[in-house]
Amino acid sequence: MKIINYISIIAMPLVILIIVSRGLKERISVFDVFLKGARDGIEITIKIFPTLVGLFVAIGLLRSSGILDFITKLISPILIMFQFPGEIVPLALLRPISGSASMAVATDIMAQNGVDSFVGVVASVIMGATETTLYTIAVYSSSVRIKNTRKILIASLMADLTGVIVSIVICKLIFFA
Amino acid sequence: MLNILWPIFIIISIIYAFFSGNIENINDAIFSSTEDAVNLTITLLGMTCLWSGIVEIASNTVIIKYLSMLLNPIVKFLFPKVKKGGKAYDNIIMNIIANILGLGNAATPLGLQAMTELQKENKEKSKLSNEMMMLIVLNTASLQIIPTTVIAIRTSLGSSEPTKIIFPVWISTFCAGFVAIFMTKLIIKIEENKK
Repeated sequence: MKIINYISIIAMPLVILIIVSRGLKERISVFDVFLKGARDGIEITIKIFPTLVGLFVAIGLLRSSGILDFITKLISPILIMFQFPGEIVPLALLRPISGSASMAVATDIMAQNGVDSFVGVVASVIMGATETTLYTIAVYSSSVRIKNTRKILIASLMADLTGVIVSIVICKLIFFA
Repeated sequence: MLNILWPIFIIISIIYAFFSGNIENINDAIFSSTEDAVNLTITLLGMTCLWSGIVEIASNTVIIKYLSMLLNPIVKFLFPKVKKGGKAYDNIIMNIIANILGLGNAATPLGLQAMTELQKENKEKSKLSNEMMMLIVLNTASLQIIPTTVIAIRTSLGSSEPTKIIFPVWISTFCAGFVAIFMTKLIIKIEENKK
């Protein structure tokens, strides 16, 4: 456990150290080159700012209105019929839309049911194996001002669904068979 | 996509809040979410500049050549049209590496940089190219080897084995990633056949 913590802490500094010292060794004027790259960063970030505001407001409204709880209540019975653990439903719904909200829900599931309970483990695996799909698509495509995203949402949501289902099945097989 | 989803999110939320008496929460959410967006942008601004600069250094050294050799088979399969040694190629490679190492803060800036480069070669500027689709899908797949955030939360909640989720996470990620790549290739194929 401590080793994994340590690795995750040193990863970023180590990458920077390796790149900068290699640059020095190859006699590159490292700071000039760094500045040249860093300048591009400003423009990229400014381009995605309006997207972030729009997206965050819409998701903030969605979360605070209580409509997500309502939808969860509506579809839970159907999913539970397919052996889908009821506690996981809100997490599966939120995961593609909001990273911070789904992390909060997952933490709550672990705290309420126990970290090492079946749903606790499933929630952990889902959080580790999936990403905030909608956010990623919105930010990446708006950074180049593209509106036509073809059918990428379908591909990503199917991947998310696969991730959720496999997480449930694999946890059952490995830990709770 | 967002031209449909965005108004739906907003309208159903506000109407539902009116009927369920949550309108005060909604009001607060408007303020706090714009603030969150500003905070995230400031974080991203620093990180994007830093990592764009670091990769600029890396692509002038042999490091990027080693990494290209290592990842070339994968990149060639996923991004057949991206030229090896070009700026887009270098950024895609660094984006994949950052994702695998779990450097989320570095992966997004590098991915966005790659998008900018891919857009230069995109023929229809208002539509995602095949390569852009693949890059986005890859970034929605959570490739990291060690899911550090979840492990940290599990530790803080007193789990007896915080790291036991690593193996199941690999399997789920692999399956989800496979579906993502397969679906993307399928969409590209179908659209090409239509022409």
